[in-house]
Amino acid sequence: MSVLELEGISLGFGGVQALSGVDLAVEEGTITAVIGPNGAGKTSLFNVISGFYRPQQGRVLLEGRNLTRLRPPRRASLGLGRTFQNIALFRGMTVLDNVKLGAHVRMRTGVFSAMWYLGAARREEARVREEIEREVFDFLEIDHIRRHPVAALPYGLQKRVELARALAMRPKILMLDEPVAGMNREEKEDMARFILDVKEEWGITVLMVEHDMGMVMDISDRVHVLNFGQVIASGEPAVVQKNPGVIQAYLGSGDVNSLRERLMGESA
Amino acid sequence: MRIGSAKESYIADEALFATRTQWVWFALLLASLVLFPFVSNLYWLYLACLVSINVISATGLNILTGFTGQVSLGHAAFMGVGAYTVAWLDNNAQTPFYLNLLAAAGVTTAVGLVAGLPSLRVKGLYLAIATIAASFILQFVFINWESVTRGTRGINIEPPEIMGIVLDNPDTFYWMVVPIMVVMVLLAANLFRTRVGRAFIAIRDRDISASVLGISLPAYKLMSFAIASFYAGIAGGLYAYFMGSINPESFPLLMSIFFLAAIIVGGMGTILGGILGAIFMTLTPEVLRYGVDLASPFIDEPGAVLSPVRTIVFGALIVGFLLFEPHGLAEIWRRIRRFFHLWPFRT
Repeated sequence: MSVLELEGISLGFGGVQALSGVDLAVEEGTITAVIGPNGAGKTSLFNVISGFYRPQQGRVLLEGRNLTRLRPPRRASLGLGRTFQNIALFRGMTVLDNVKLGAHVRMRTGVFSAMWYLGAARREEARVREEIEREVFDFLEIDHIRRHPVAALPYGLQKRVELARALAMRPKILMLDEPVAGMNREEKEDMARFILDVKEEWGITVLMVEHDMGMVMDISDRVHVLNFGQVIASGEPAVVQKNPGVIQAYLGSGDVNSLRERLMGESA
Repeated sequence: MRIGSAKESYIADEALFATRTQWVWFALLLASLVLFPFVSNLYWLYLACLVSINVISATGLNILTGFTGQVSLGHAAFMGVGAYTVAWLDNNAQTPFYLNLLAAAGVTTAVGLVAGLPSLRVKGLYLAIATIAASFILQFVFINWESVTRGTRGINIEPPEIMGIVLDNPDTFYWMVVPIMVVMVLLAANLFRTRVGRAFIAIRDRDISASVLGISLPAYKLMSFAIASFYAGIAGGLYAYFMGSINPESFPLLMSIFFLAAIIVGGMGTILGGILGAIFMTLTPEVLRYGVDLASPFIDEPGAVLSPVRTIVFGALIVGFLLFEPHGLAEIWRRIRRFFHLWPFRT
């Protein structure tokens, strides 16, 4: 069963067509990757799913429910979680407060009980705190930095805190925008392991945009390839990898071999 | 030194005052607030009342500007709404003062919600200008809605009365205003231990992330305006009672800037910052006046020379804070605390 379905999504900015007629389905319990060269429309696609861009055509369905006209906060409360390409943590807050914000949609405290901090508000804070400690911090191994301000953390840990924040939401589907960009090998391996565990232990469906082909091929169950705003190939990683259209899109004239051949030809 | 602070439950770990030391300090602070009237004179009690009112107002503005990141230059005008509500009720209805204060807070909250509407569309400097506009419109209403505000002639307010005691002097007024101030500050501190306060900070730090986490920006921005206006309404109502008369000149734009300066000097986005900033901004001119009085016997025409010097020194102090301590007085306090956490083992 598909958790998330995109039907004929088209999005244009003025004369530029960022997405044209994109159909894409994310099966429940999979890790699905969207890949494509720079400017292929991957981040635009994510922003359409999150609700930051409204497509001119097409529908976004979460578990069969049409999200197309809903605003981002409403989509979040229906179970759509995401992280950003450039870390988008709340820099003025500690790790703990950032992750607690992930649980915002699952909490009910209103402004009056918040200010008096009586029974219900106090219990809810303690309950969420305990859940975060037990499930999120323990899982992502960040309990030792819970009181640290996020701005002071190294890059890899910040990425991990962002994942923690998204998990605290307990989303039905988790969208990761370049989860390992800019990481060293060790950090990448950690993150890949966490993403696999998110699928297997938490049972959360993952949709990710990623440039690191090694990681995409290793952990994805399905891959969709986007080029010039269109899906040019879909399937299992091994199949997509061999697709000539994909090789063409990715390497094109920038292909190292063809480049080398051309250079050799010129010098000869 | 901080010892014995291991926690056994998350409730204990989430407490407002997490260590025994903090409780002791808080108790000492409360005790000194209780003892202050017995060791002080009317002049200092007058200042203490004024500081308390300003602390309430600055805390409100800090919630909006310091924590939520929505710059407002209409805060004094909102205080004016509270003050006029109290004044009108005092002159036209026989309601007790606490109902008048609550009504002032309610009316101001409603006005603040309307004044906060531009925040749904604009941020930063543009929002500041929009709130200045709100401030001018309210000023216009204060002057021209004569049947309610008596225009430029101003309006007198009878001092409040509790159980037969008339609070017409700082030494009696103190006992009403200080408890209200303490409660208002604690309420604000609690707010930032919960999801509502965290949502405010999230909007300030990164509004896009906030919205993908399910925080409705319009709802929370307006909530922040409403809370800030509630504080301004209470502060304005107390101000009206304290001063005994108000007129449209009582709440100029300069007063809004005064509160903005207070939270910047004190520390934006910290509860302590609003308190320290309000104390600093209210008391520094008075302290400088003391200095001027001490210096005056040695200078010819002291009035002509020293009063501008006082203003300049005050201005220089504010600029100095912006330059050398951009996180405000609260940051200095935090540094001192951190030093004593490990003292005397490591410095």
